[in-house]
Amino acid sequence: MGSEVQYQPGHSDGAEKNAGVWGLVQGKLSTWWTMMRIALEERLVYRGDFALGTLMRFLPIITQIFLWSAIFMARGDGTMEGQSIKGFTIHTMIAYYLLTMMGRAFSSMPGLSSGIAQQVRNGEIKKYLIQPVDMVGFLLLNRVAHKLVYYGVALLPFVLVFWLCGGYFSEHFHSSPASWPSGSRVAVFVLSLVLGFLLGFFMEVCIGLISFWFLEVTSLLFIYMLMNFFLSGHMFPLDLLPDTARMVVDWLPLKYLAYFPAAVFLGLVPDERLWYELAIEVAWVLFFILASRLMLARGLRRYSGFGG
Amino acid sequence: MSTTELPDRQQTLERMRPRYMQVFLTFARNSLVRDMTFRMNFILQCFTSISWTVMNIGFYLIVFQFTKQIGVNTGWAQYQFFIFLATTWLINSLVQAFFMPNAQEFSELIRTGNLDFALVKPIDTQFLISFQKVDWAALSNFWMGIVLLSYSLWKLMTMPGDPLQLHPVVFLLYPVFIICGCLIMYSVMITLAATSIWLGRNQTLYNFWFYLTNFSRYPMEIYWSGWGWSLWGVFTFLVPVLVVINVPARLLAQPMNPRTPWELWLTGFALLATVLSLWISRAIFRRALLSYRSASS
Repeated sequence: MGSEVQYQPGHSDGAEKNAGVWGLVQGKLSTWWTMMRIALEERLVYRGDFALGTLMRFLPIITQIFLWSAIFMARGDGTMEGQSIKGFTIHTMIAYYLLTMMGRAFSSMPGLSSGIAQQVRNGEIKKYLIQPVDMVGFLLLNRVAHKLVYYGVALLPFVLVFWLCGGYFSEHFHSSPASWPSGSRVAVFVLSLVLGFLLGFFMEVCIGLISFWFLEVTSLLFIYMLMNFFLSGHMFPLDLLPDTARMVVDWLPLKYLAYFPAAVFLGLVPDERLWYELAIEVAWVLFFILASRLMLARGLRRYSGFGG
Repeated sequence: MSTTELPDRQQTLERMRPRYMQVFLTFARNSLVRDMTFRMNFILQCFTSISWTVMNIGFYLIVFQFTKQIGVNTGWAQYQFFIFLATTWLINSLVQAFFMPNAQEFSELIRTGNLDFALVKPIDTQFLISFQKVDWAALSNFWMGIVLLSYSLWKLMTMPGDPLQLHPVVFLLYPVFIICGCLIMYSVMITLAATSIWLGRNQTLYNFWFYLTNFSRYPMEIYWSGWGWSLWGVFTFLVPVLVVINVPARLLAQPMNPRTPWELWLTGFALLATVLSLWISRAIFRRALLSYRSASS
């Protein structure tokens, strides 16, 4: 396994000269493929644990259903019929929570920032400096592999839960002006999930890289997590916020991590704004890619490795 | 000869019997010393756990903008529910301060085989592994709970029209049921920890504890419809986490006069559940210890 990724300067230099650009690309691809395969195998060691953990993440949705039912019931004095909060009926609400779970499955990056900070602190980051491997690229492939295994395991429970809760979706599309998502809306939805993954990844990389300047980023990370939980739409639909707060949150990139994909699918974003919003998300992703590149380059320049 | 020696032996045994309270106080002091060594870290930890509570209340402030209460005619209006929320914080902070760090450590002890050292000490093993560490920073939420509780009570008691009137006995019963709640939570935790002896790894089970207690954080009335009843049954009678917060919170927030019989039953049941779950969890723990095989170093 290790021998395939080993760097052989003389050999590969010759090969690259012969094959030109294509050889370079091929070399890169095979390195990436190997890194990803290793990460995949690593993930599959604790399959049972992983599958069980995935299933359990669906438990909170049950309490959400009961809590919001109780709230809507209280509003309607015993009936949820015709009750809506800022355009959300009970069906919209539950469908929304299910969809944010899906969004979070793409955009949440457990342990990414803290992992980078730890590697900077204990000097482990040196290994990226002496190997012909790009650190951010390596981490990205690792994350992709992790997510792929996760979706593989989580697909069945996701399908089951969405099938069980299908009624909420059909009721929502039945009672609201929005229709079932058209082809282009599904396309935007899928794109927003993938972009959400990239945005979440590069945002957390940036926070992790701050540790070049401050050795302790735990508290910073915590503030980010808190804001993320509260303002990404994971905890409640952002539409429930007071108007001024809503306006501020609309300008933050956090809403793309959970709120935006769900809102797209449910038709809460007007069709003519879909691509515009997506363009802003792309801009955010590019911004954080550039920022992470810049921070890595600057950080490595002032970095001095301690320990072995 | 033996008659003269016997009292001595008795004395030695007497001296060897651990004084649990003193041992616990030593543990608590050691933890405090360790926490105070990294004072800035301690302050940050307090700050972070307080921010969670602030966010939590932010969510419910938003919720109560859109509804007068949670559930139809349940009486869980804003300040009643804030009493419920404060109770949640009180119990959770106590559990997190005293039991959580130890349960986390326990599965590590099993994996590394370091449980051997706990087993050979002349003290009850369950006591030793349950109380070794105290996370003092987690207690910051306890004070947040007290503040929210006092504020909500004051709001309700000075409410124009129909102010809340509490019998003095309630203030005695409330702490008792807070402790009962902590003990039930502890039992659930120690049971889950014990299973890690059988499984060798319990990362998932640990998350399981979080998701399980998630059910206890809402007034039980929200489960009273359709298939929610089966959830209610499971989490009241099988794994009694629903009574943990509901019973003490109800004492302060819902002083219906006269109390409906089912509430009296529920309160009595909470006591029974505490005793039973402590007893059963201890039995499971001892049973699990028998199957412990040390890991080689």
